[in-house]
Amino acid sequence: MVLVKRLVLDILKPHQPNSLEFTRTLAEVGNDYHVTLTVIEIDEDTESVEVEIQARNIDFEAVQSAITDMSGSLHSIDVVEIYSEPAKE
Amino acid sequence: MNPLTQIRFLLRITHTHSLVRRYFVVNGFDGALTMLGLIMGFLISEPADLSVIISACLGAAIALGVSGVSSAYVSELAERRRALRKLEDAMVADLQQGAHGEAARWIPMLVALVNGSAPLIICLIIIIPLWLAEAGMVLFIAPLYVSIITAFILIFLLGVFLGRISEISWLRGGLQTLLVALLTILLIFLFAGD
Repeated sequence: MVLVKRLVLDILKPHQPNSLEFTRTLAEVGNDYHVTLTVIEIDEDTESVEVEIQARNIDFEAVQSAITDMSGSLHSIDVVEIYSEPAKE
Repeated sequence: MNPLTQIRFLLRITHTHSLVRRYFVVNGFDGALTMLGLIMGFLISEPADLSVIISACLGAAIALGVSGVSSAYVSELAERRRALRKLEDAMVADLQQGAHGEAARWIPMLVALVNGSAPLIICLIIIIPLWLAEAGMVLFIAPLYVSIITAFILIFLLGVFLGRISEISWLRGGLQTLLVALLTILLIFLFAGD
């Protein structure tokens, strides 16, 4: 079984929802998500942020959907950390 | 997300909390003063049948409600669409499916609802004593006076609400709006009185 343990995403988002709300919503995607958001650049209407997510197994589709729901745009997946676990019998 | 949380979220991301509050007070105040003016007009005119007064007040209340809903919806829809287009240009993305797209669809409806219902509800509260009198209930003073007192109470409460928002004393806020109501009555006496 392949587990996605860590992702670093480059996201462009509007100023609202703010970083706290944005991060909280991403953390609510799973019950053990550890999310760190770093603001890279702020423009008049948007901000570029780097989001790092760590969990036992990240549901990427759900994360992407949460980003879209908050009017964010995923620009790139910068870091991926994946563990391979032997399947349980 | 439950509907109330969702509405709060959409109001927050579009910064329309204060706009909704402002619309509520401004249009509520409009409704109360209109009713006050109408009832004062009837009071200083030849005595009219209560049903005529109720019909006139109800007509004005409905007109204020419809005007509030339609004017706010049209203007707010244009504002929200403009804001969404600006954000879509900045994001170089279609945001119709996201929170901002949802806000552009729902916020105009919410603002229109508040803008229309505030004067309508306040007018209806002021008309209640007239309805009660027509239904045969004996009031301690003439129904027109009870309606005027009700209007004064509501105008005072709107002032108290404004006072709390602007963080001045609630009494000062209430007295300020009450003063406007008294000035309205004075003007009605001056221009419409015998």
